[in-house]
Amino acid sequence: MTASSPTTPLLAIRGLRAAYGKIEALKGVDLEVGAGEIVALIGANGAGKSTLMMTVFGRPRARAGKIEYDGQDITGVPTHEIARLRIAQSPEGRRIFPRMSVAENLQMGADATDSSEADRASGLERIFNLFPRLKERMTQRGGTLSGGEQQMLAIGRALMSRPRLLMLDEPSLGLAPLIARQIFDAIRTLNRQDGLTVLIVEQNANHALKLAHRGYVMVNGLITLSGTGSELLQRPEIRAAYLEGGRRG
Amino acid sequence: MQTSRAPGVAFIFKKALISALVALVLFSLMIGVRTEAGSDGQLTYWTRFGDLAMMVATVFGGSIIVELLRQWWGPVGTVRVVPAQVTSALSLAGRLVAPVLLIFTFLVPVIFYNERYILDLGILVLTYVMLGWGLNVVVGLAGLLDLGYVAFYAVGAYSYALLATNFGLSFWICLPLAGILAAFWGVLLGFPVLRLRGDYLAIVTLAFGEIIRLVLLNWQSVTGGPNGVSGIPRPTMFGIPLSPGDDGLAAKLGIEFSPTHRIVFLFYLILALALLTNWVTIRLRRLPIGRAWEALREDEVACRALGINTTTTKLTAFATGAMFGGLAGAFFATRQGFISPESFTFHESALVLAIVVLGGMGSQLGVALAALAMIGGFELFRGLDQYRMLVFGMAMVLLMIWRPRGLIGHRAPTVFLERNQAISSDLVKEGHG
Repeated sequence: MTASSPTTPLLAIRGLRAAYGKIEALKGVDLEVGAGEIVALIGANGAGKSTLMMTVFGRPRARAGKIEYDGQDITGVPTHEIARLRIAQSPEGRRIFPRMSVAENLQMGADATDSSEADRASGLERIFNLFPRLKERMTQRGGTLSGGEQQMLAIGRALMSRPRLLMLDEPSLGLAPLIARQIFDAIRTLNRQDGLTVLIVEQNANHALKLAHRGYVMVNGLITLSGTGSELLQRPEIRAAYLEGGRRG
Repeated sequence: MQTSRAPGVAFIFKKALISALVALVLFSLMIGVRTEAGSDGQLTYWTRFGDLAMMVATVFGGSIIVELLRQWWGPVGTVRVVPAQVTSALSLAGRLVAPVLLIFTFLVPVIFYNERYILDLGILVLTYVMLGWGLNVVVGLAGLLDLGYVAFYAVGAYSYALLATNFGLSFWICLPLAGILAAFWGVLLGFPVLRLRGDYLAIVTLAFGEIIRLVLLNWQSVTGGPNGVSGIPRPTMFGIPLSPGDDGLAAKLGIEFSPTHRIVFLFYLILALALLTNWVTIRLRRLPIGRAWEALREDEVACRALGINTTTTKLTAFATGAMFGGLAGAFFATRQGFISPESFTFHESALVLAIVVLGGMGSQLGVALAALAMIGGFELFRGLDQYRMLVFGMAMVLLMIWRPRGLIGHRAPTVFLERNQAISSDLVKEGHG
């Protein structure tokens, strides 16, 4: 145990296993996200990072192990009910609704949580403060936005459900470095100002570890390393595997 | 007007030449050589190179024309510069189409009171408008390709026919029952196909439509099999029959009886049902459930991640669409007075689906226009006899070239910025105060 684990984890994953058919993607993962923390999960392609996020959301189902959220066991809970527990997700590849307007996309985020009109309005206000560009694009169809704007929309849509835990899957994927930096800045702002807890899955290890309080490294469905962001950044094996040899942020 | 004519003359000629070549190969044996059995059975043949040359020339010329039209009006390649006045005039016309059409529809029985044929055609068109709007919920909004929509039409029609002939229930009691029964069957179809999408869903719904038809055909003791159900009661105006007798509507109002009264009544009945369908759909689109349907069409995985229960969303889409189909079916039964499985073949499903697709998936006005064009246009070309289908097929192909997203391809957003801004600024004040 390299990092001191927080006393009350918001999300606690213990011995989690998941598989696609016979291919085991998660082989017993332990991970904790404390309230108010930003935790980064880094690893190479196919390490199981996205699978971990999806398993928390119930698809694929966990074969073994336990997922606890706010002290409550959510291992077998259906996907749509998990989102109602104020866990929000910005899925890999953004997955916005291309033919619906930006405004409608954002409303979709609030629909499942029975938000009042006031909640929706204040949610929009918050998102516009964070991403002023979305406000200009409100009537545009989601599919006509640039990649960076779509990522902003995906995060904004997730925020509309007023989550306590935000899970982001590769928010910098396919974005220009400058835009990626904006996205990371926004995540930092959300965490500092609103105390939002964030679990971020990234290949862009440099950025993610600088942003995060703590990080986990995943290899072949197992957590191999964990520690604070700066600790991990100093580790020679991390530098070799994800920074110097791999993509730079 | 256009700013560029990029592909140029050479490209058009090349394309036309290729088309002509294909035509030459195809037609050389079909038209170029004519074979016939001679008087004592031997093969006689002669050549018709003149006809062949004409066919090939037609294809060549036609190909050039199509290509030119495509470049002028086509959605690809060229950027058109439309004057601002034209744009604003067009948008004004676009906004006026729906109300003008609605007022005209209301006036049809007044204008064409003495023309039974037009009234009957109007009722037919409105029936398909209603079916199109009903299917639009499933296909256009929720994006679930349903090739068996006629099944719900049949369920509605048989529900009314059997309830009315066996138990003597009135039309106004049977109408909601038919809707509920059809919705029930919609859910029943929905359950097994929850995990299917696209092609697979289409196949299963197609089979479902056929199953319903075959059950109706073979369950002799209940449905009358191929003989159908006859003597279905005519609708009454809330209990007052539209008949020549003393208790009929005409006698009660003190006017002379005319069989046209019933036609006019049927016209307004289907108009009301269709408008109800439209109203409910428009209302639902603004509610979370309607938004969820559209989101489901766009991305099912994202829907689930946002906490949308995709199971209930799909089932409500199926049930809502089926309910409208059932209501239209009940109307069909009372209008015809006789129904049999022959009225509920795959052809009907295909026709309604074509209306939805041609209208522009999801657009209410587009579906209405497409129904008018498909059903009305079909009647319009009656004089062309065997060429009717050809003209019709050509019109559909042309439409898909120039308007690949359907007549009205853009979708109106359901959430408006102004409203949100108004609400949010109010809130800010409250928060400070």
